[in-house]
Amino acid sequence: MFNFFQGVKIIDTFAEAFPITGTRVIVTAVSREWAFIAATTSTGYASSVIGCDTEAGIERELSPDETPDGRPGFSLLFFAFSREALQKAIVARVGQSILTCPTTACYNGVPIDPLRAIQIGGMLRFFGDGYQTSKLLDGKRYWRIPVMDGEFVCEDKFGTVKGVAGGNILILATTQTLALQAASRGVAAARKVPDVLLPFPGGVVRSGSKVGSKYKKLKASTNEAYCPTLRAIAASKLDQNVSAVYEIVIDGFSREAVEAAMKNALHAACGEGVECISAGNYGGKLGPVHIRLSSLIS
Amino acid sequence: MIRLSYLSSSKIPLEAECITPDFFLGKSNSDISKLPVFDGNRKCELGQFFSITGTMDDDSILIENDCSNVKLIGSRMTRGKIEVLGNVGMHLGAGILGGSILVRGSATDWVGAEMKGGTIEILGDAGHLIGAAYRGASVGMRGGNLIIHGSCGNEVGSHMRRGLIAIGKNVGDFVGMGMIAGTIITAGSVGIRAGAEMKRGSLVFLSERPALLPTFRFSCNYDPSFLTIYFNKLKQFNFPLMNTISPWSRYCGDLISLGRGEILCKAN
Repeated sequence: MFNFFQGVKIIDTFAEAFPITGTRVIVTAVSREWAFIAATTSTGYASSVIGCDTEAGIERELSPDETPDGRPGFSLLFFAFSREALQKAIVARVGQSILTCPTTACYNGVPIDPLRAIQIGGMLRFFGDGYQTSKLLDGKRYWRIPVMDGEFVCEDKFGTVKGVAGGNILILATTQTLALQAASRGVAAARKVPDVLLPFPGGVVRSGSKVGSKYKKLKASTNEAYCPTLRAIAASKLDQNVSAVYEIVIDGFSREAVEAAMKNALHAACGEGVECISAGNYGGKLGPVHIRLSSLIS
Repeated sequence: MIRLSYLSSSKIPLEAECITPDFFLGKSNSDISKLPVFDGNRKCELGQFFSITGTMDDDSILIENDCSNVKLIGSRMTRGKIEVLGNVGMHLGAGILGGSILVRGSATDWVGAEMKGGTIEILGDAGHLIGAAYRGASVGMRGGNLIIHGSCGNEVGSHMRRGLIAIGKNVGDFVGMGMIAGTIITAGSVGIRAGAEMKRGSLVFLSERPALLPTFRFSCNYDPSFLTIYFNKLKQFNFPLMNTISPWSRYCGDLISLGRGEILCKAN
């Protein structure tokens, strides 16, 4: 079963997503350059919770008018399976990659529900070894930790959101070049939607996975059905003229945000050389959130 | 909105701690007019001194005419809004827990004394002991925002523990005396002995550095990014701030006390 959209075959299937806990971290610094360094280093090695402590990345750049301390900054999104895991990952990442980075500060970017908040500055403050101080303004506590270039300011608590992870589309194209061009268009379009994160390098995945492996220790392994080099020997889902497949994976603060980003990506990806758009799912075994591709082209 | 018009011209202070949204809520105007006040030491009814019109439909009270002799307006209130078109007397918003008070005139002493929350904004001047601890008490202001657009007297923020006090013009002697924590920002000149015996907290002086006590020690010149958060907050009140100071000088003190307090002022 399939439909056509802009001449591209859209398989009548669904992206199988799952609930996840997320938050937004605002990192600022004296210049855009230093804020960017802090943003990229703190969100490195964070593509998938299969192998990383969190899924994280830059949501967008913030102008000085948009940040709490009037300096250049970046909005970062972090996702993990639980609030505890999220707190542990962010405390470690802020502590190692933002606290250490010259001139930076770190603020919460999500409304705080006290019952669902995680403590970040409140954990990092101990680095101050008793010299830390805090400021409480309008119910928000900001920790000031003395460091060698002045002080590191970090908000005490960060709000969390029950979001959705694993929204995705698969782009099947005739050549690797055209597949990558389509994926890049899709990534750029998806990133226009607020509250979403494309956690993989450049927003694109080339190593789409399936659950499990012939090797017992592995939780995930290559999805041979979408590997063009295995078409002759595996149960392939690729037509003869498909030579490359790229996946765009999307996490978001809500199903609506993920759907909107998937829709943008799908519409933008359809173009020269794209034979088909599909989506990754595991027959409903992985997650309760099913986003049908047909709903994105109606 | 309920509207109170002060009618008396008596020189005797009137203690009217019943003028709060909490006391007025759910009462008819005739019930409100019977709320107790003290004219000197004589127990009276509110209606003897104020004309009362309107309703408490939006949790707010508007007070008209010069109330310089009316004490304790808004004291210990927890909600709603009070707006005073003229001047007010002592102890305005003392012990306030929530809600907001806006005075379009000036106030006198003990504004927001031992307040715990909410916001008090005074467009004119205020007197001594703003946000301070009452004599014999160990802790003054414990939260909330106290914004004075004009000048203040002595001992502003004495023994305050938390919250923000911002003074748009000059402040007298002993600002932040015995401060336990919290933040005081002043835009005008500062009197002598600022921060005497302060333990923690921040005194932020936007004008020239005043003569500091010898028990404050220079630490460094730097740019404290947290100050922008306060300046952004004060923008809500159209506070006359110049967010262009860089760098700031940091002095730690008072070293005869705990010494974890700081004075931030323009570097020389």
